[in-house]
Amino acid sequence: MKVLRAARMERCIGCHSCSLACARQVHKFLSWNKAGIRISSAGGLSTGFEARVCLACSPAPCAEACPTGSLIQRRDGGVIQKKKLCIRCGKCAEACPVDAIFLDHLVNPYVCIHCGQCVPFCPHDCLELVDLPKREQTEGGSDD
Amino acid sequence: MIRDFFRVMEVNLTTGKTNIIELPGRGEYLGGAGLAARLFEKFGFIDRDWDDPEQPVIFAIGPLTGYFPLMSKTCCAFRSPYHNQYTESYAGGKSALSLRFANLDALVVTGKAKRLTALCVGSRRVETRDVEYMRGFDAIHTGRVLRKIFPGSGRRSILRIGPAGENLSAYACINVDTFRHFGRLGGGTAMGIKNLKAICILGDRGFDLPEGKAYPKLYKHIFEQLTTTEMMAKYHGLGTAVNINPLNELKSLPWKNLQQTSSPNAGGISGETFADDTLLRNAACAGCPVGCIHVGFVREQFQTNNQYLYRQVGYDYEPIFSCGGMLEVTDAPQVLRILDVIEKEGLDCMSTGVALAWATEALEKGVISEKETEVKLTWGDAETYMQAVERLGRPTNDFYKLLAQGTLKCAEHYGGADFACVLGQEMAGYATGEVFFVSEGLGFRHSHLDSGGYAYDQKHEDKDVTKALDFLVNDERERIVLNCMVGCLFSRGVYKDDLLAEALESVGYGVHNESVADIGHRVQKLRWRLRLRMGYRPDQAKIPKRYSEITTWKGPLDTEYMEALRTGYAARILEMGAPLEEDD
Repeated sequence: MKVLRAARMERCIGCHSCSLACARQVHKFLSWNKAGIRISSAGGLSTGFEARVCLACSPAPCAEACPTGSLIQRRDGGVIQKKKLCIRCGKCAEACPVDAIFLDHLVNPYVCIHCGQCVPFCPHDCLELVDLPKREQTEGGSDD
Repeated sequence: MIRDFFRVMEVNLTTGKTNIIELPGRGEYLGGAGLAARLFEKFGFIDRDWDDPEQPVIFAIGPLTGYFPLMSKTCCAFRSPYHNQYTESYAGGKSALSLRFANLDALVVTGKAKRLTALCVGSRRVETRDVEYMRGFDAIHTGRVLRKIFPGSGRRSILRIGPAGENLSAYACINVDTFRHFGRLGGGTAMGIKNLKAICILGDRGFDLPEGKAYPKLYKHIFEQLTTTEMMAKYHGLGTAVNINPLNELKSLPWKNLQQTSSPNAGGISGETFADDTLLRNAACAGCPVGCIHVGFVREQFQTNNQYLYRQVGYDYEPIFSCGGMLEVTDAPQVLRILDVIEKEGLDCMSTGVALAWATEALEKGVISEKETEVKLTWGDAETYMQAVERLGRPTNDFYKLLAQGTLKCAEHYGGADFACVLGQEMAGYATGEVFFVSEGLGFRHSHLDSGGYAYDQKHEDKDVTKALDFLVNDERERIVLNCMVGCLFSRGVYKDDLLAEALESVGYGVHNESVADIGHRVQKLRWRLRLRMGYRPDQAKIPKRYSEITTWKGPLDTEYMEALRTGYAARILEMGAPLEEDD
């Protein structure tokens, strides 16, 4: 199973092409918020850039916090999003340990679904889709 | 399309009131330069000086901002403290996309705050804060504090001024997101006179995209052109600093206050040297994959026993020409150290470097003495220049106070106007010849960006006045179209009129009955009308004597040709800016 990794952020120039690509192609929006990946500085531009992006937790605290099943645990980490089930309670964003879920002003959550559509838009190859190692059966979780 | 009218926020710092104004005219003015000029007509005062509290400072974006790559700049318009006429300056950073996502086509600041103030605007927010405690803070320190006051990393833009803006130097800049600037003609001063230390723009909203395949297809096509072809290689590779060596070879590199047009020592400050010895990394404006911002570093030992600090300083061709070659500082790290002080003081680096070059020659010739300069300005002496920059930002005597108003103003008082390298304002870095000198000397913003006169000089040996003037007028018009969008001028090879029309169409802004060229023509005339109504007399513009004394690759400068260009261009400007019948 593939997950998105912001593996080489020290190369990032802060162009936001990745988050704009996600907003445009995945969410059909013009925005740098309504996206599964967001770029911020670590405290001013002289400190370089960070990617706010889902780290593919397993189990994912956001899925555990979601009361309606709108965010469902992916097999090896991260979540699948079913927007229609979302009641916009915002619990998922509260639960995320790395601030990777963005809530817009209508409390719609935006989270990376590891589709990789942002990757070709990064001019410096900061991002990559990688295979997660298969988890041991004993760790639990469902393959369904 | 987001909307077919302009949505403008006006903040009045005197009354504390904010208005949201819906203004028609998208089809006539597009945005950016056109919208700014239109807004100055609405909010500005022709019969009041630049320092009248009611004069507006305008920030405007274009119809394609955020929709397409490199549509990433903001046009800032104001009545200039430098020449008391209407002008514009452009900057990128995150300012343009922040305005877009704040749901604004333009922000207009009028009035004057009682005390030093920071303004924060967003899609659902407008707020002013008393920041009197920041008086005298340098631009870098100001940015650090503002990031704490107005959180929102990654989706905000911070515009601020340094001491030079507070102290009303005529060429104080507005620093944008640390490494970008509204540099020329005193935007920082226009903020300073309003007691406006900073503006934070929160880009906290998104917009639906057009349905259908035309937009994503065109986006991909343009993105690929900009990232997979060699078209932009110059800008992200060595950056514009690449120009040093070729201009030096062409005898077109202003050097030592234009006493020379080349130097055997130029290699010390070439783009290659900067890249090899000082380049730390590249950065980009939001919405631009090119990454033309070059950040250099300087390491300084501040105590014995290996105690070092380091600074990160943005560089480009123009800063290197003005604070390197013009001052004969031929060591790249030393140039960066001077630029770092200029950055902190919040001055335009080109004007500062050129002003100090004049002061050095004036001191050398005995026109002024050390009584005026307080420090012994000497070609190549970076330490002394750094001290002089601080005196320009926070004037310590009448000389620095006057020099901070402009080189020519200072020269008119002390003498030495003949060797003042001023073409409307302190010159840009192209000693290419007659067409450029006239272009910058008379041009709308007195900028090398008004039109490509420098490129014309480099390509044409003929001296056809009409052909050169046609070029200046047409090239200006094409650039105005891109400035209405407000696209980065580095992308002008990609965004031709036809592609811009297609891009507008793809997001729902089909241009009504007019080509973008026609709109460019309208805005061109409007801008000139504004300038002329504020007292601009292109026919009286002078080219200082120093420009007739130089030699370029074409040989000694041809003063007759230059004079023919000067009078011809002035006539064209007067024609373009002729009053409309309804003005009479």
